[in-house]
Amino acid sequence: MEFLDQIFIWTKTQVVGALPDVLQVPGSILLSILPIMAVFPLLFALTTVAERKILGRIQNRLGPNRVGPFGFLQWAADGIKTITKEDLVPRNADKIVHFLAPVALLAPVLLAYSVLPFGRGMYAIELDAGLLFFFAVGAGTELAVFMAGWSSRNKYSLLGAMRAVAQMISYELPLLLSAVSVVMIVGSLNPNEIVAAQEGFKGAGGLIPNWHVFTPWGLAGFGLFMIAAAAESNRSPFDLPEAESEIIAGYFVEYSGMKFATFFLAEYLGLFVISSLGIVLFLGGWHAPAPFALFEIVPSWAWFMGKLVTIIFCFIWVRGTLPRLRIDQLMNFAWKFMLPMTLINLLVVAIWQYALAWDFVGAGLLRWLICGGLLVGPYLALGQGLMNSRNWGKRTYRYAS
Amino acid sequence: MEIPGKGIATGMVQTAKNFLGSYVSDERMTTVQYPEERIPSQENARNFPFLIFDDSPEAGLRCVACKICEKECPPQCILIVMKRDENGKPTKQPEVFDIDVSVCMSCQICVEVCPFEAIKMDTEFELSEQGRFDELLHDKDRLSKSNEYYRKIHPTEAAEVDAKLEKERKVKEAAAKAKEAAMAKKAAEAAAKAAESGAEASDPKDQEKVKVKVPKAD
Repeated sequence: MEFLDQIFIWTKTQVVGALPDVLQVPGSILLSILPIMAVFPLLFALTTVAERKILGRIQNRLGPNRVGPFGFLQWAADGIKTITKEDLVPRNADKIVHFLAPVALLAPVLLAYSVLPFGRGMYAIELDAGLLFFFAVGAGTELAVFMAGWSSRNKYSLLGAMRAVAQMISYELPLLLSAVSVVMIVGSLNPNEIVAAQEGFKGAGGLIPNWHVFTPWGLAGFGLFMIAAAAESNRSPFDLPEAESEIIAGYFVEYSGMKFATFFLAEYLGLFVISSLGIVLFLGGWHAPAPFALFEIVPSWAWFMGKLVTIIFCFIWVRGTLPRLRIDQLMNFAWKFMLPMTLINLLVVAIWQYALAWDFVGAGLLRWLICGGLLVGPYLALGQGLMNSRNWGKRTYRYAS
Repeated sequence: MEIPGKGIATGMVQTAKNFLGSYVSDERMTTVQYPEERIPSQENARNFPFLIFDDSPEAGLRCVACKICEKECPPQCILIVMKRDENGKPTKQPEVFDIDVSVCMSCQICVEVCPFEAIKMDTEFELSEQGRFDELLHDKDRLSKSNEYYRKIHPTEAAEVDAKLEKERKVKEAAAKAKEAAMAKKAAEAAAKAAESGAEASDPKDQEKVKVKVPKAD
């Protein structure tokens, strides 16, 4: 049980110990990076199949079921196809930037994986300002997207890149502010400490885990974080930088073969890493969801992956349900709903932190009522206000003269 | 007051129902696994013309090689050559009847113009071939299909056509019978006349004419 939990760390120490002294440091670094480079791209491959199958099921179809058992080897066929495809570069493209853009997108996404704990003691590097590092490298993806859009010399690419940058910068703010709420409570930017702060169980006979999502501010913060995460990773319903049906895949338009696959990979890896951060911040990281003896047999990394897969499923479910937003709706939602809500959430976090010191009968209930009311009230008011001020009427068009 | 986000929740529940329901009930599924399963073809489906024969593929072909469809075909994909007997006399049967699938645009004009109900639209759609030229040129043998097949794929239309043909046949038969009766009468009169005059040369000629007319009516 203990062994299964620590099997990867044990393997690593054994292998590193067997190496000669000179190779021990590079070997250790390599063995920290390799699992990330192996596990998450494989998860990406399986997700592409699972996504198509789940979307199919949502539309009462079967989805891909020809290659391999239940179609689950479809990713191999797709991979071989993209690798063997011709790599086309437009004649007028800025060739260097065009070539660098997929790499520039993938690199920061992979860097972001380095600070997250995927199990008990399973992290590549421990940074005190891990969260800051995460968001700092995450901001690099915007540049890569614009590089791709600009260098392609294509109006659709540029339009997609413009949309993408506008969207990513708009949603970076709620994403950061909802993550800040956790930092305020835990008092640390270190992901390991944030996970450690969510250990243990409380309330309802000690059955509810001590995760941040089971507090009013945590629930609101998790929701806001996940919405912003969907927008950051260009997932439906915020996938209008790609928008296959409008601007034919946006900044991907002039990419083919392996470069396109790299973009796709980076996008999904970005989704996984931001979901992983959501797990670390709000869903208790690698902690088990209930204090049963049976659950303690399951290794911590399995809990983490289970939570990740659940979140990925939810993203696919949302994709199968919601239509794509218009750009003005997207911006309105970011600035008129997400931002005020995250700011109110920060206030609620401060009140919650203050109220934790209360020590009288019913303090817990009062705390919940005050914080919950402070969140539900503005939610209803903002929602009502935005819905009533939609100004639906005849659309007017402006044409270039 | 409408709660914000209620519509999204309703939608999510609906898709969740679809997702779970697709594992439980087969009636939900909107697709079939095509090469293994097929949806029976619709009666009003039409894809590509074929030739109808009644009894035997060679002799029973309704086509009389009148070439109306060949002339009317907008993309000119039909080629008809009339069969001639050893004396070079046209036999009202096609020697060659080719349709190029790669050119045919499934407009059904050949069917509309055919006065003999000889060419009809098929529902067969799996017409892909390995080659580009000879394989896509369907010849008479490949195009000929029985009237039973036509009844099977287009029951309503086939019944109408059958009724029409039956009616035409009856009218022709009646006309032939009337003619036969008239001929017989004429022959009898002629015979009587001949008997009167004593000459018998014209009698077998008239008999032959009647004999030729009867199978033609069929």
